[in-house]
Amino acid sequence: MSKHALVQIQKINKFYGSNHVVRDLTLDVREGEFLTILGSSGCGKTTTLRMVAGFEQPTDGKIFVGGVDMAEKEPYERDVNTVFQSYALFPHMSVFGNIAYGLRMKRIPKKEIRKRVMDILDLVQLGGFERRMPAQLSGGQKQRVAIARALINRPKVLLLDEPLSALDLKLRKQMQLELKRLQRKLDITFIYVTHDQEEALSMSDRIAVMHDGMLEQVGVPKEIYEAPASKFVATFIGETNLFEGMVSAVDGDAVSVAVESGTICGRAEGFQKGEVVAVSVRPERMRYSTSPVKGFTIQGVVREQIYVGSVLKSIVVLPNGHEIKLERLAGDVLPMDGPVYLSWQPQDARLIHPRDQEVYHAVETAVME
Amino acid sequence: MSKHKFRASTLPVLATVGPVSLWLAFFVAIPLLYVLVMSFCSIDENYNVVFQFTLANYRNLLDVNYLQIYVQSILIAFFATAFCLVLGYPFAFLISRTFQSRKTILYMMVIIPFWTNSLIRIYGWRTFLGASGWLNRALTALHLIDSPVEFLFNRGATVLGMAYVLFPFMVLPLYTAIEKLDQSQLEVSADLGARGGATFFNVVLPQTVSGVFSGCIMVFIPSLGYFYVADILGGGNSDVIGNLIERQFQSGNNWPLGAALSIILIAVTLLLVKLYQKCGGDMQSLGV
Amino acid sequence: MRRKKSERLRRRAGAVYCGLIYAFLFLPIVVIVVNSFNATESKPYLSWKGFTFDWYGRLLQNAALLDSFRNTLLLAAVSTILSTIIGTIAAVGMFKYRFRGKSVIDALLYIPVVIPEIVLGIALLTLFATVNIPRGMLSLVLAHVTFCIPFVIFNVRARLDGYDQSIEEASMDLGVGRLKTFFHITLPVLAPGIGGGALLAFTLSIDDVIVSYFTNGQTKTFPLKVMESIKSGVAPDVNALSTLILVFTVLLVVLTQSGLIRRLRRKR
Repeated sequence: MSKHALVQIQKINKFYGSNHVVRDLTLDVREGEFLTILGSSGCGKTTTLRMVAGFEQPTDGKIFVGGVDMAEKEPYERDVNTVFQSYALFPHMSVFGNIAYGLRMKRIPKKEIRKRVMDILDLVQLGGFERRMPAQLSGGQKQRVAIARALINRPKVLLLDEPLSALDLKLRKQMQLELKRLQRKLDITFIYVTHDQEEALSMSDRIAVMHDGMLEQVGVPKEIYEAPASKFVATFIGETNLFEGMVSAVDGDAVSVAVESGTICGRAEGFQKGEVVAVSVRPERMRYSTSPVKGFTIQGVVREQIYVGSVLKSIVVLPNGHEIKLERLAGDVLPMDGPVYLSWQPQDARLIHPRDQEVYHAVETAVME
Repeated sequence: MSKHKFRASTLPVLATVGPVSLWLAFFVAIPLLYVLVMSFCSIDENYNVVFQFTLANYRNLLDVNYLQIYVQSILIAFFATAFCLVLGYPFAFLISRTFQSRKTILYMMVIIPFWTNSLIRIYGWRTFLGASGWLNRALTALHLIDSPVEFLFNRGATVLGMAYVLFPFMVLPLYTAIEKLDQSQLEVSADLGARGGATFFNVVLPQTVSGVFSGCIMVFIPSLGYFYVADILGGGNSDVIGNLIERQFQSGNNWPLGAALSIILIAVTLLLVKLYQKCGGDMQSLGV
Repeated sequence: MRRKKSERLRRRAGAVYCGLIYAFLFLPIVVIVVNSFNATESKPYLSWKGFTFDWYGRLLQNAALLDSFRNTLLLAAVSTILSTIIGTIAAVGMFKYRFRGKSVIDALLYIPVVIPEIVLGIALLTLFATVNIPRGMLSLVLAHVTFCIPFVIFNVRARLDGYDQSIEEASMDLGVGRLKTFFHITLPVLAPGIGGGALLAFTLSIDDVIVSYFTNGQTKTFPLKVMESIKSGVAPDVNALSTLILVFTVLLVVLTQSGLIRRLRRKR
């Protein structure tokens, strides 16, 4: 089966007055995939989702679902269903009434409605709850009802707007697994909006990172984590240390970058001497030694070590005051307050081209969560 | 695109707010503006309204007899309001501080009398207070008086009637305001050593003052207009501004003068409402 | 010990005080009910001439009085229905949409609530006279709907506080059009507010004296009939009718209230 694009979002823009909330967004969602739109609040991710659902109209640009232009389609004419952040259960209807609502309005025979509702209740593990009212349900149960209600119409695409944000941590983890299981079982395309990067990494086939109304990067979780395309993606997904500097030497794919505190190494292609770049190194890839490593000259002082069970988190302070974060396996203790040299395998550093609009200071910054 | 926009945003607004806008325009805005226009109109010898500009109606408002009635009307409204507030505040406080189950019944019992027409109830007061009424008979039978006392046909009787008819409009906002008070605040205040009076003035009153204001507005303003109360209980001796207006539109038949008198009432109303808003009053609590 | 005593004393004083206020509120009602059993035949029907049920029977022969009562019921029913429909959709529209002139509508809504009724009455009278709307049931309905609409809107608006609009989106999302969504989702959820508003509108309409007085023409409502009869003394059959209305409404409320309680219990 060819995995062609089921939802095509083409160069859409959305203005609220003079507020430009979605900028030139183009994104294809493939049939049967679990795509997460990830971003902080106010980045335009929910607006994008609402435009696909039809609750908002793009100021310009087009959206296609299954090849059909959605511009003239009302929400009730679209083959997509939504799970709302607030669940939006109908308070005056029972669980059964909520789930059956869409079918009843389509005048589907009572018997079939009953069967389909019962089947889907089993699917979301709410068998026996059909007569409860929404006010009598817990948050997790409401969540399941909302999902069942959206799935009963057998939509081509299910849109989920931060559906787990109101649940507590434990329940959230459990629901993540369940959602993933449901999606695989039903083979429905999910577009999932969240601000939680861990949730995005663990559930998605692909992640689309949004920032300030723009799409920063689209890719599988591993790509997003290991090869961030922008400074924002590097810092938003997981923890990282960012250095900013200038390419001082290129030798094949080995690149040396001069930063304020010294010289560092990375492995990348397509960079030229003299170019201004950012270098991202994940804390768990950081290494230290008491003597300089070839290609690296940055030196710092161990400031703090925090033991968190599986790993030991350390903070190294550079001469200019910036803090670098390290993560090592527990047990491997650094000399407190002693000078250390920082290094990493060149392939563990990610070199990032600056964006035009990003103001550059030729200094290194360590960004911590 | 434009068809969609119409269906999604323009049509729903028109369909929902259109009827009420038209209604308010035709039956509130236009009539009131028309009253304003009419207050500057003249009348011909047959008392027909003539659209000829004049200030005569407003000049006539300054007639000494009228001025007396304005003062009398405001005094009646003031005393009726004071009566309602003084009796209503403790009452609202007491019923809003009882148990939940009893509270609903006590609250309903304030409303129940109002399902009987107010005219008949006012007439009931007349039956009770009249020269050969129940009260006089009882007092005579008890030998407390020799000849019947005339309780009716004076300003006091009108004040009583106004206060009676408008009493719930004082109690209900007070009840709402007091009910919102947190019981623990009273306990904290007592705990900190405040006596009952101090607790009331420092804790209770400041938080219920909005209820006091809206109650006063809801009693004072209608009191200026309830002409039938002044008719039935005051017997022509304690007319309010409403009586003056009523006369111009019924027997007197000088509509422009009646319109000018109405403008006074509108002006007083606007002034009080502005004052109310200045004091931090919320328009919404005047509604229900 | 002494504290307990003073506390009890204070409680008792409070109960006595409330009792006196209720006596004040119910005193005229007692007068009305008692006079409905008064056997007197002479105007102004004030002196007590013994107990009788006659007036309740004679009520049925007083065609003019029954007519006025029918008018009142008809007027209240039509005004309630119209003002509830207009007010409900207006409250929903004003809650959901932003549009120009909203503050004007908001301000206009408060006018019938705060201005003395007599001003609204004469304003409508001058309008009806000028544009030649016949004074009668039609003008009465127009007038009553006018002062009922704001109260319906305020009641529904109170219910809309804390109303989650996404349930309407959820309905549309499930393939249901705007109009059907309104009837199946919005309306049922707002029903308590709408019911409260309708009840208030009905009460206001049935009790209205002043606005009706200026806009009725030849059509007599029950309150206007009473007003007419006051000069010559209110006959006991009017008291009898008032008593019946009171008993009926109290019964209605008691029944609906207790029914409501029972239904709530069953749900638990």
